Amino acid sequence: MNGMVIIGAGECGVRAAFTLREAGYQGAVTLIGEEPHLPYERPPLSKNTASAPKPIAEEEHYAEAGIELRRGLRIAGIEPATRQVVVDGGEKLSYDKLLIATGARARVFAGLECAQTLRTLEDAQTILTVLKSSRRIAVIGGGFIGLELAATARALGTQVTVLEAADRLMARIVPIEIAAVFEKRHRAEGVRFIFCAQVLQAGPDGVVLTDGRHIDADIVIAGVGALPETRLAEEAGLAVNNGIVVDNRFATQNPHIFAAGDCCNFPFRGQRVRLESWRASQDQGAHAAHAMLGAQNAFSTTPWFWSDQYDLGLQIAGLPDLARPFIHRDLGDGAFVLFQTDERGCLFSASGVGSGNAVARHISIAEKLIERAQPVPPDLLDNPDVNLKKLLKG
Amino acid sequence: MSQWIEACGVDDVEDEDLIRFDHEGRTFAIYRSPDALFYATDGLCTHEQVHLADGLVMDHIIECPKHNGRFDYRTGEAKGAPVCVNLKTYPVKVEDGRVLVDIACARR
Repeated sequence: MNGMVIIGAGECGVRAAFTLREAGYQGAVTLIGEEPHLPYERPPLSKNTASAPKPIAEEEHYAEAGIELRRGLRIAGIEPATRQVVVDGGEKLSYDKLLIATGARARVFAGLECAQTLRTLEDAQTILTVLKSSRRIAVIGGGFIGLELAATARALGTQVTVLEAADRLMARIVPIEIAAVFEKRHRAEGVRFIFCAQVLQAGPDGVVLTDGRHIDADIVIAGVGALPETRLAEEAGLAVNNGIVVDNRFATQNPHIFAAGDCCNFPFRGQRVRLESWRASQDQGAHAAHAMLGAQNAFSTTPWFWSDQYDLGLQIAGLPDLARPFIHRDLGDGAFVLFQTDERGCLFSASGVGSGNAVARHISIAEKLIERAQPVPPDLLDNPDVNLKKLLKG
Repeated sequence: MSQWIEACGVDDVEDEDLIRFDHEGRTFAIYRSPDALFYATDGLCTHEQVHLADGLVMDHIIECPKHNGRFDYRTGEAKGAPVCVNLKTYPVKVEDGRVLVDIACARR
């Protein structure tokens, strides 16, 4: 039986499966997950101390939608010539169109082999168990995951040392002015930072730095980025370059194979990017599903990221260019948004921090303005008295 | 049985906007539509219990401030993933410039 096969039952794969049905597709839809669980949301894993996972969709919804969800199944390979997916154990599944939505795995540098990483529910449960019984932990990496875990650990009363290779936090995408707000807050909560840290080895009793320093810890957690899961694509002869190479509708060079989510590398506003983002995974899964059914339109949804640390909420729309200037808009109570416009005056990024969801409306408006790509006067962006929503009406 | 509670004055909510209204341990969202009609829903998103009052209203859609869940606040209808559970809505009436909500009469 032919139909649509989706490898990977994370946010991207699940969204793609349901979108196929919403779009009216009548054939078979098979969604294959390597993990044994009902597909669950990953963002809470670093933020919450609750041990029960939150399902992306309830189990009965898959059956109601006629989606065959197969869990705990590892895929041995793809045979593009016969349009088949080979399951571990030898079973073969034929497809009309295949979506690879295999996501990413935690990166592990040399010397970090003993460190705990966070990607799956099991990882989160291991970390939570240790946090509850630990006196002190070391976190390698001052990015979203490391800092969210640091905040979670402080809430449990555990001492935390964060080791960061750069001279600042969240250096990949977050403007320094916003990173400084988080650093100050973490310090106030008692987190210790070591910047420009060169880790030699993580072991069962702590971390050794290349300068000889030793940081004692009951557990070492590494949050140093993620690598795209591209094995199946590579073995199937598909192009891979920091992710599975796809076009602006998530098609690979094989017309029957698509790839979307964290595992793919796609063209966006003149550059090739690979995103690791909860929202982007869903948006791309939905777009890929339509493309699998023949839609030709290009993906143009504004990327959106967030992080919660203590009561501070960070939201980013677009892809900030940290080398270019920011337009600062003060929202009061310590909240602010940083906008960036291109040479034509069009908004291309907005990053904000504040208590709770204080910046949400501004980021939401920015998302829509970015998508419209129409010039925005800079004196409106920095003036808190101007309601930016009016710009959406124009 | 009805239980009409005064939530706010008509001028407390701007056109095409919403405010949060808390009452006896419950939280609601009170909306004023672009055509100056009032509506009321539960105050928390059905996806992850986030206060909708921090979200953006465009026409008749409220967007959750966190995860982009969207609802039609007139009917409570969830407009697609990540939200799949509708918001409860409540009858609203305006009397003497005050907005009243029947909090005993939830509809989903």
